[in-house]
Amino acid sequence: MNKLKKYLGIVWLCLAPAIIYFLIKGATANIDLAGKKDINNPVIWIIIIGIFTPIAIGLMIFGWYAWKNEFEKPPTNSAKNNVS
Amino acid sequence: MQNKTRQIWKVITASSVGTMIEWYDFYIFGMLAKTISLQFFPEGNPTAALLSTLAVFAAGFIVRPFGALFFGRLGDLIGRKYTFLLTLVLMGGSTFLIGLVPSYKTIGIAAPVLVLLLRLIQGLALGGEYGGAATYVAEHAPANKRGLYTSFIQTTATLGLFIALAVILLVKSNLSDLEFNAEWGGWRYPFWLSILLVLISIYIRLKMKESPLFEKLKTEGKTSTNPLKESFAKKENFKMVLLALFGAVMGQGVVWYTGQFYAQNFLETKCNIEFEQSRTILLWAIAFATPFFVFWGWLSDKIGRKWIMLAGMFLAIITYRPIFKTFIDKTNVAVWSSSIGIINKQEEIKISTDSLKITTTQLNFKNGAKATSIENVTIDSNGFQKIEYKNKHLSSQTYWEFVALVFCLIFYVTMVYGPIAAFLVELFATKIRYTSMSLPYHIGNGVFGGLVPFIGLLLTTTYPTDPLVGLWYPIAIAALCFVIGSIYLSNKIDKNVDD
Repeated sequence: MNKLKKYLGIVWLCLAPAIIYFLIKGATANIDLAGKKDINNPVIWIIIIGIFTPIAIGLMIFGWYAWKNEFEKPPTNSAKNNVS
Repeated sequence: MQNKTRQIWKVITASSVGTMIEWYDFYIFGMLAKTISLQFFPEGNPTAALLSTLAVFAAGFIVRPFGALFFGRLGDLIGRKYTFLLTLVLMGGSTFLIGLVPSYKTIGIAAPVLVLLLRLIQGLALGGEYGGAATYVAEHAPANKRGLYTSFIQTTATLGLFIALAVILLVKSNLSDLEFNAEWGGWRYPFWLSILLVLISIYIRLKMKESPLFEKLKTEGKTSTNPLKESFAKKENFKMVLLALFGAVMGQGVVWYTGQFYAQNFLETKCNIEFEQSRTILLWAIAFATPFFVFWGWLSDKIGRKWIMLAGMFLAIITYRPIFKTFIDKTNVAVWSSSIGIINKQEEIKISTDSLKITTTQLNFKNGAKATSIENVTIDSNGFQKIEYKNKHLSSQTYWEFVALVFCLIFYVTMVYGPIAAFLVELFATKIRYTSMSLPYHIGNGVFGGLVPFIGLLLTTTYPTDPLVGLWYPIAIAALCFVIGSIYLSNKIDKNVDD
């Protein structure tokens, strides 16, 4: 199980840039100043890409932690995460 | 013992009523979006259109997570009680004020600017409320009933939606369309009602004491001095924030949004079911499903939180497409006509200026169903013909079948959402709990959940032949979350959150 957790970390690491790539591709294909739908609106795309980029980076960090065996033991106690 | 039980129920009531009112406040804006846009964001004005976009998207996607950070930090610094009292005042005040802003016709561009500002305050307040209420209840609850007691907080989002729907339906059914949509018409009443609800809730919350765990930390001088740094800059805690987001909350967010909002929108815009039926279907389904929030919360105290939440996601993944396909199949008027038979037709023909012949036909079926057929045919060529069916009124049998199917969708919501407050509370230490649990919750619900209609529209535009293509987004996110949750999460209940 720990090996699976570790190697899936690579999948999460790769998935994040793929999400950003598809979002940017979606934006360039659908932004249309003359269009009336939400998906034609550049402001919405800027908001979505702006908010999704840090989330995707978070997914990469999650993948990196998994690769580094940080999730070997699943969390069972909030005291273990107490960082004092 | 009896005194302790009475005390915990006071805590649950004070927290739940306030949180429910905050959800009510947040929803009425979205539900009245069409009327609001006519009053404040007139078509053809690019500035108003930009402000309208920001009011809808920024409030949900950007401001909610920022509200989680801002109020979460405050809650870990000064305490839960005063922080979620502040969010309640901000939410209630801004909702009431939206109901008082004169229209664009009266004060021009100041109207959409004011509405946008108030909407952003609403998003900020909502971002701070949930974490406070869930933490407050969990820190009062005994270890063996944490899931049960926090599940009452989990019912509030759905009950807020229920009350918002019911109030709007009630006002609308007592007024004509003209009276409802007028500048100072009935659409403003739900906003004004908010101030009364909020005042009652503030009164209840003011009488409550601070969370005992936070009070203890404060007395011992062990509260966090920098909750943001401790939550997100320390690996031990930050990895748990990421795990909470990707292994539980993101899947919960899309299941929650699809069951409660996407379904209603689908029935109204894709199936073209009339306004009243599409809303009462949801009302019935919510009424039947809501007790299950408490049931799953209770069960999670016995068997653990993880597999209940993941089972809800799994059921959503495998049944979303069949359920939504049934919605489409059962509202196909062409099939009604051939299998049920029409008892009468009333036709009205108009020739419009752009050489279109428009035939509007009222169709009444033998089983009690009704529909309006609108047929557009160009007069000068045979190449164009379009038939649309609007205002479909379902037969009694189909209506209750739809209530049962929407109930299933909300049943999944109760599975993923019922135990999640206790799950999040148990993942983080007391001194940074408010901050640490609020952010993943609002990213999961606000961003992943809130994007369901947008990504749905994106997919439908890209692949127009499949009316169900929009469902692939919630299915994919729930599947990803299911895999991460299954592999990385523990099912053990943390008995001691006093740390």
